[in-house]
Amino acid sequence: MQTLKDMAAYIGENYDLLLIYTGQHLLMVVCGVFLALIVGTLLGIVCARFKKAAPFILAIANIIQIIPSLALLAILMVYFGLGFYTVVAGLFLYSLLPIIRNTYVGLDQVDQSLIEAGHGIGMTYFQLLLKVQLPLAMPFIMAGLRIAAVIAVGVATIAPFVGGDGLGREIFSGINSRNDMRIFVGAIPASLLAIIADLVLGRMERKMKYTTKPKTS
Amino acid sequence: MIRFEKVYKRYADGFQALKDINLDLEAGKIHVFIGPSGCGKSTTMKHINRLITPTEGKVFIDGEDITAVNPVQLRRKIGYVIQNIGLFPHMTIAENVAVVPRLLKWDEIKIQNKVNELLSLVNLPPETYRNRFPGELSGGQQQRVGVIRALAAEPDIILMDEPFSALDPISREQLQDELTNLQENIQKTIVFVTHDMDEAIKIADNIVLMKAGEVIQVGTPEQILRHPANDFVKEFIGKKRLVEHRENTMFTNFDEGVPSVREVMIDKPVTAAPQRGLASSLNLMEQRRVDSLIVVDKHRKLLGYAPILNVLGHISDETKVLADVMQSFTFSVKPEDPFTAALEYMGQNNAPYVPVVNEENILVGAVTRGSIVRLMSEVYPVIEEVL
Ligand SMILES: Nc1ncnc2c1ncn2[C@@H]1O[C@H](COP(=O)(O)OP(=O)(O)OP(=O)(O)O)[C@@H](O)[C@H]1O
Ligand SMILES: [Mg+2]
Repeated sequence: MQTLKDMAAYIGENYDLLLIYTGQHLLMVVCGVFLALIVGTLLGIVCARFKKAAPFILAIANIIQIIPSLALLAILMVYFGLGFYTVVAGLFLYSLLPIIRNTYVGLDQVDQSLIEAGHGIGMTYFQLLLKVQLPLAMPFIMAGLRIAAVIAVGVATIAPFVGGDGLGREIFSGINSRNDMRIFVGAIPASLLAIIADLVLGRMERKMKYTTKPKTS
Repeated sequence: MIRFEKVYKRYADGFQALKDINLDLEAGKIHVFIGPSGCGKSTTMKHINRLITPTEGKVFIDGEDITAVNPVQLRRKIGYVIQNIGLFPHMTIAENVAVVPRLLKWDEIKIQNKVNELLSLVNLPPETYRNRFPGELSGGQQQRVGVIRALAAEPDIILMDEPFSALDPISREQLQDELTNLQENIQKTIVFVTHDMDEAIKIADNIVLMKAGEVIQVGTPEQILRHPANDFVKEFIGKKRLVEHRENTMFTNFDEGVPSVREVMIDKPVTAAPQRGLASSLNLMEQRRVDSLIVVDKHRKLLGYAPILNVLGHISDETKVLADVMQSFTFSVKPEDPFTAALEYMGQNNAPYVPVVNEENILVGAVTRGSIVRLMSEVYPVIEEVL
């Protein structure tokens, strides 16, 4: 009870700083995941178009995913130096796999008859991609994005190790000063961010589902 | 005109799908490709819009070798209804229909007018259906949209791959009628794939009968029915007919003797109660297109018949009812009688029909000229030996 009161008081005094941390956290995640969305979708399209290239691209993305996050950030730090860019690069790399894989699966599952219909009525490859395949793969791509965002929110909490900002700062201060309350004050908003991202993107995903199954009436 | 010249198709896996296809498909006609599943109907059709390129041979449209035309441009000028409808589920009905005109960069107003016109054409009121998604339509409605999508850009050639296959028999017949009516107005070159002989006979100007990658016979429905080229064609026509026969248990034992009246009669002749007024009787006759009514009481006991002339003769007298103008039958038959009894009477007395009654004089049907004609066509199907 006492701790809760303390926590409320602490948040009351430092809410401006916490807001800044949350903002920084979000910014890193959004930048990293957004870049991954662009590059990952493109790579997913390449996978779907050139089936032979798919195993290689997916294998590389898989390997990146396997590297422990702290190690990955440390390696990146060697190239990008301390701070924001290293974190964004790390989040970007981490987000690639789910997005590539889901784009690939999403494009691949588009009903072959729709692709034939598109070709048959005179769409070019790009028209087919933009007007038919991508819209129909959207729920899958959104699912990949959702997974990537949730992972990225978590990974971003270790940003301070490589000189980054965000809610991780608060958590680290808590660890350094042996102050449990500050750990919670950093960890809870980070978890909330992950949950919100999951809910919002999940809802968008469901909105994008379509079916041609005729009405049974 | 579409022309196939010595077209062979071998698929990548080595399967020889088409062998020496030579066809001349006249412009403005409905050409139906028919044959058993896997015989190469779709493969042949897809050569026309270059979804498939021949391994050997050439395809010409209006004398031009289609390999000389950009495939995308070519396809935009050819309507295509694919075997599985293929409506885009993420687009509204209006957007689906407008796809090709948009690719062709038509003026937006023209596109919308066209969409509305086509939707009305197939009895899908635009106000109701424009903004629905394909998933909100029944299978039959989806197939209609699939068909008009192929018409939207006003192509001269339309390819339809089993467009009505997913439908129940009633919607199917309805769409066949719509298509033939439509064709009277638009006069397109339509290539239509089916494996339903009845459908082919109903809509085709020209039938192309295929088997195992080869064209077996080409001709009008009449020619193919009268002069089937070989046993396969006979069997293909005949098998269907056998099925029909089996469904039609009426005639199962015809070979064993003269069919009975029961087998030939119609069981729902147009009847009326004796108290029915003359004007409403006339109305009923018009509706059912008959020139006399069989008068029965409420237990369906046969009372007589009222020919149209009797009704018209007294029409101005509002107090008169059918009972006042009817005549009684001089002849009736029982269901067990041989139908020739009815036939003989009708022939000698020039009677249009004979009522069928049971022991208690209850009306159970009628033998009409129509029922005799139907019987004859079943007994003597159109095959060359007869003609
Ligand atoms: N891409 C392909 N590769 C190999 N074989 C194929 C390919 N497409 C079709 N075939 C084969 O070619 C034959 C003809 O196929 P096609 O689709 O033209 O038949 P169809 O007459 O349209 O049959 P259905 O009535 O079942 O649609 C079939 O045996 C089929 O298995
Ligand atoms: Mg087919």
